[in-house]
Amino acid sequence: MSETPQATPMALRMVGISKSFGPVQVLREVGLEVRPATVHALCGENGAGKSTLMKVLAGVHRSDQGRIEIGGRARDFKQPADAIAAGVAMIYQELDLAEDLSVAENVFLGAEPRRFGFALDLRACVAATAALIRENGFKLDPGARVGNLSTGDCQLVEILKALRKKASILAMDEPTSSLSQPEAKRLFEVVRELRRRGIAIIYISHRLEEVEALADEVSVLRDGRVVYSGPMAQTPISAVVAHMVGRELSDYYPAHAARPGEVRLSVEGLSTAAGLRGIRFELRAGEVVGLAGLVGAGRTELARALFGIDRPTEGTLRLSGRPYSPANPCEAIAERVGFLTEDRKRTGLCLGLPCGWNITLPSLPRFTRAGFLSLAREQRAAASFGEKVRVKWGGPGDPASSLSGGNQQKLLLARWLLSDVELLIVDEPTRGVDVGAKREIYQLLHELAASGRAVLFISSELPELLGVTDRILVMRRGRMVGGFATRDATPESIMQLAAVDGKAPAPLP
Amino acid sequence: MKRLLRQLLPFASLLALIVLLAALEPEKFLTGSNFLNVLRRSSVNGIIALGMTAIIISGGIDLSVGSLLALAGMVGALVIQAAGPEWGALAGTFAGIGAGALCGLVNGLVITRLGLPPFIITLGSMSVFRGVAYVMHDGQPYNVPDYRFLGEGVVFGIPVSVILFVALALLAFLALRYTRLGRYTYAIGSNRDAAFHAGVRIERSLLALYALTGTLAGIAAMIGTSRTVSAQPTAGIGMELDVIAAVVIGGASLSGGSGTILGTVIGTLLIAFLRNGCTLLGISTNVQLIVIGVIIVAAVALDKAAQRRKA
Repeated sequence: MSETPQATPMALRMVGISKSFGPVQVLREVGLEVRPATVHALCGENGAGKSTLMKVLAGVHRSDQGRIEIGGRARDFKQPADAIAAGVAMIYQELDLAEDLSVAENVFLGAEPRRFGFALDLRACVAATAALIRENGFKLDPGARVGNLSTGDCQLVEILKALRKKASILAMDEPTSSLSQPEAKRLFEVVRELRRRGIAIIYISHRLEEVEALADEVSVLRDGRVVYSGPMAQTPISAVVAHMVGRELSDYYPAHAARPGEVRLSVEGLSTAAGLRGIRFELRAGEVVGLAGLVGAGRTELARALFGIDRPTEGTLRLSGRPYSPANPCEAIAERVGFLTEDRKRTGLCLGLPCGWNITLPSLPRFTRAGFLSLAREQRAAASFGEKVRVKWGGPGDPASSLSGGNQQKLLLARWLLSDVELLIVDEPTRGVDVGAKREIYQLLHELAASGRAVLFISSELPELLGVTDRILVMRRGRMVGGFATRDATPESIMQLAAVDGKAPAPLP
Repeated sequence: MKRLLRQLLPFASLLALIVLLAALEPEKFLTGSNFLNVLRRSSVNGIIALGMTAIIISGGIDLSVGSLLALAGMVGALVIQAAGPEWGALAGTFAGIGAGALCGLVNGLVITRLGLPPFIITLGSMSVFRGVAYVMHDGQPYNVPDYRFLGEGVVFGIPVSVILFVALALLAFLALRYTRLGRYTYAIGSNRDAAFHAGVRIERSLLALYALTGTLAGIAAMIGTSRTVSAQPTAGIGMELDVIAAVVIGGASLSGGSGTILGTVIGTLLIAFLRNGCTLLGISTNVQLIVIGVIIVAAVALDKAAQRRKA
């Protein structure tokens, strides 16, 4: 280990950090160097070890090996208080605030200014908080009850807490995951301001566009090792992704040429009590069609109507030309329509049951002879469809809860592949799924289309819609307001349709 | 394999109990007639526990089984008396079983139509069924002195009730493992919304489970009626708790999604041997209550601990 003297010491040096939980080694000799006044992005798939590394830095976990230097001084964190005393502050995904207390009380929680040694000096507390808020150019009322603040403002409170503790290192774990677009923009400004004031920021995010826009340096963790570390300016995002997944990705979105065939689904004047109004569109065999829209535009409601959950109050559905009016999901499945729901934990998987059972659940009639299931045939089918979607599991007998989010999503894809659907509706299929699994899911959707199925792809991620689909339909307030061939669509044109009211709906392609 | 391991705990407890009793009271305990006696006594509870297992796996519960048993027995006995000596036994048996099935169907219908928790519905029907059983003969039992086959009959040296219990347990095992209804039962209990989105017909499945459990309770009622050669409106008071205890000791979770027939059979036997052992050792029935209560809590606590270790 070379100990070259430096003009300004690193804000943080973590050297040779290893950590195991039982037999599982989560961190393997991780080294991380963060300069003062920089934003250092930490990237990696779920389970790469980011959270564990941060917990070691925060003194929550003790590393088995390795050392930590803060501002050039070696430190040993036995408990979180040691890390805080050394100037390390953490902002976790789940914010850690007392909802019933005011902003000022939260900022000074545990370190309240006191009068006569015991009486809380609330006024001093508020004044000091107001000063902090002013210095940093935030817009916050120090007396506001935290429970009434937006998520974005709560994050500012967390940042104020860190500033009050004179933190020199601030680690933020997925800070924008629950923020709206404007809130996220404001947060970036705050992060840049903190950087100007000399604070070193460790920024963890799955959103690589943010990382690109914000970070000065980037380190990539994979399987508990740092596999890349370098200046952001010299690191294209594609390289970050490649390091994250551990192989070269020629393109983030797999290539796909649509060969639209006959009309699979036609929807005419569909309205439901859930708020759909006169929906009209067609899906063809062999296409992946995106469904864009803001939250509440009625995309999931459309999926529910197509899957027999909500009954139409008006309109007709036809499937491959035949009238189609499913009274429940069971009938929809019998007509070979599948719906991969948005919330895999709540409406997707029976987590406590074996993976194989989850795959075959809608297809059981096929494995029934004279009223009895053939468990051997069922098991074989589950195993082979699990392999087909490349799910990482011990076998179909493992409980679904033992799989990671991406693999759970693949189980559900395997389920609908096995039930041999002609039309598959997928609702936010890549939410909470890491980069490698995302790409595989895109590929599977393309394979489905290539084999003559129609895929309706609901997503709130425009890049994903633009990268994966052949056509994009846009909904707003329960109506279908337009559509594009994907090659003609831009994020702006989609947002324009999805968000702007008062325009006549554009004609459908 | 894992499932087998989970079964090991109740099974080991059962074995330990038998060894213990054999050591303490070898002359009285280790006899064929004592074993057959225990099995015969456990058959009524055991048969109902088979249905309760499925209901608990589905995330539900049926508190009405004890009252349902009394009502079914009363109906069966009434028909035996009314139909006369020639056909009475046969007609009454089927009438009792049919009454049980009907009551179970009513439970299922109310639960699925009203969409209310089974706990509440069956708490209500527990009272209703019991009331009907009392009203039927003004609180008096029906005596059926010649109705002996189910309760006392022996085929190849084995009591008929034991043969029935074993056969029904086998059927229940097959149904849970090898039929769609069985699989749907697990799916509904594990995650009802997910099962619905996977095309499981929740209401139809639940209806079947409650009706089948009513049917099983009807069979148990006729065995009980035959054993005492009378149908008592007070029969089966508190039985639901014994039955639920057997299922839970057998490893089923009251939150649904897990449980097995083998576990329930073992749980039933465990309780029966405990009772038997206490009696042989001269422990009063009052103290038995305490012992069994402690065992229930211990069994569930141990099972939870084992699960946590695996997770």
